[in-house]
Amino acid sequence: MVPLTWYLILAAAIFCVGLFGVLARRNAVAIIMGIELMLNAVNLNLLAFWRYQSPADVAGQVFVIIVFAVAAAEAAVGLALIISIYRRRTTVSPEEIDLLKW
Amino acid sequence: MSDPFGGLDNFLKDLLVGFGLDATFVAVVLKLLGAAVLGGMAGATAILLIWAERKLVARIQDRLGPNRVGPYGLLQTIADALKLLTKEVLIPAGADRIIFQMAPLLVVASVIGVWAVMPLAPGLIGSDVNVGLLYIVSVGSIGILGIMMAGLSSNNKYALLGAFRTVAQMVSFAVPLIFSLLVPTLLAGSMGMAEIVEAQEGLWFIFLAPLAALIFFVSSIAEVGRAPFDLMEAESEIVAGFHIEYSGMAFGMFFVGEFVHAFTISALTAVIFLGGWRGPGAEAFPLLGLVYFLLKASIMFFVVIWIRGTFPRIRIDQMNAFNWKFVTPLALVVLMVTAVVDKLAIEQGWPRFLAHSTANLLMVIGTLAILRAQASSARRRQEVALEAPVTRPEVA
Amino acid sequence: MTAEQLLFLAVGAVTLIASILVVTSPRLVHAGLWLILALAGVAVLFVLLENGFLAVVQVAIYIDAIAILIIIVVMLTRAVMRETDPQINRTWVLAGMAALLLFGSLLAIVLQLPAPIRPALLDPESGLDVLGKALVDVNGFILPFEIASVLLVAALIGAIVVARAPMRGD
Repeated sequence: MVPLTWYLILAAAIFCVGLFGVLARRNAVAIIMGIELMLNAVNLNLLAFWRYQSPADVAGQVFVIIVFAVAAAEAAVGLALIISIYRRRTTVSPEEIDLLKW
Repeated sequence: MSDPFGGLDNFLKDLLVGFGLDATFVAVVLKLLGAAVLGGMAGATAILLIWAERKLVARIQDRLGPNRVGPYGLLQTIADALKLLTKEVLIPAGADRIIFQMAPLLVVASVIGVWAVMPLAPGLIGSDVNVGLLYIVSVGSIGILGIMMAGLSSNNKYALLGAFRTVAQMVSFAVPLIFSLLVPTLLAGSMGMAEIVEAQEGLWFIFLAPLAALIFFVSSIAEVGRAPFDLMEAESEIVAGFHIEYSGMAFGMFFVGEFVHAFTISALTAVIFLGGWRGPGAEAFPLLGLVYFLLKASIMFFVVIWIRGTFPRIRIDQMNAFNWKFVTPLALVVLMVTAVVDKLAIEQGWPRFLAHSTANLLMVIGTLAILRAQASSARRRQEVALEAPVTRPEVA
Repeated sequence: MTAEQLLFLAVGAVTLIASILVVTSPRLVHAGLWLILALAGVAVLFVLLENGFLAVVQVAIYIDAIAILIIIVVMLTRAVMRETDPQINRTWVLAGMAALLLFGSLLAIVLQLPAPIRPALLDPESGLDVLGKALVDVNGFILPFEIASVLLVAALIGAIVVARAPMRGD
């Protein structure tokens, strides 16, 4: 019997690692990888609570399915944007994509 | 005799517990043993499959095929395997060593992993998960990952290009594959493989959903990468594609993986659409069920080889157009019509076979009519373009 | 230490180490492959949470679609960043501190929960069909389900339009 707190600590750790990836990486695709890690940590958290608190209630699983759909949509559009930017400016580093900077 | 596999399991369990081992440890060991036997058999059937393929393709091409090594050339595959084992596995300079060596393992692992949910006989299934079909799709796609890794790590432009084209083909054809797999899910009411075989008690699903079976079969052949969709390994086009740089047993793994994958999809078609182990007397004698399953899988494998020997290779743009403009819309229409007809048939009390056959027949007629209209309009456009004068004689 | 706890610790360690390697690998292709390992670890954790369906969905969506897409985009944009360029930008100290601060606060909140919490009894009847019916139930979750479908169609069309090769005359 694994205590619930272990799952929550693991999910928090993965979330923070993903956060570090988003904030500190120099390549836009690496930032998207960090975002996917954060979304996975959220899913893990949701499912852990679903299993331990109310497995009869379907809402936890439905939430996870919606997060899957949103993650897929966001990854697809994000990567399409990166390809489009690469085609126009031949760069994928967010530090160099600064046309709107004052 | 009514349950030989359960009997064997109990016998082994009593034997090992009798040696003084812990009961749960024995259960784990037996499961690992079963997995090893299943995986080993799935890989070892490649020997027979490769021989059968070479003989059949040779006969279709009006020649004899391997007949020197062993009676009727049966040991030819073993000779080939020995040759591949003794060749050096060259790792090209600048290649990513670990990924390079891991890629063939992923490809073979994804194929053998499908056999874990295959119902071989009544009561003989590796693991009866209730999401068997979804498991097959996801594990099958791990092979796509292996191919991507093989192309990436080879430090070779043609390997990369071949890997991209292969991944594009496999991912594109996974879409109609999933749609066509939803049709037997609808008809059986479950995604589990054992339940799908159970639900084919009265009538095999190929009679209830022939279009879905055809779409599944064609998409699976494209997923495997056999002819006519074998532009991934077309020697005349892209010099063996993603596995250019592989030699020795690493190449042997890709080779074996492809043949076992072809047999796996034949077995899947047999299970999902042809009734699996169902046949006269299968419930009483489970071993007879195993025989029926292997027979049906072999017949579908023969059809796969037959298609390979008959059709020419298609180009990648023709293949893309075929998938996205024809197969995927057709699969969507089949899914929607089957869902509606099944619900209506159950509620109104129509006989299922008649309702589904009529619906499928109407869909086939509709598809052929649309194709004919498109072909005639394309032909008319071509004729108009030919009639128009290319040059104007009065312009000086 | 029961077998289940050992299994959880092993899988959790693999997932955490893989995710750390994702954000620190200098070569992006390696980072993509470590991401796949982390996603597979999360799928195994879903199985430990006794939800096999979502584990298989996780493998099918994340590993077979999103991860392959990410690796393909890495390959397409590869020529730009030479592998020897530093992949961590100059604000990494602040980012690390922010991540550690967040982890500390989450840890403090989590440790305040009454421990240990035993998993509630799993009803053997409820399963995939209950989930399926709830997703299309008018009193259930049909609205988020349909909105998610619309979102996916919008993302599909958007991705194709955005990533399309520029037409002649653009």
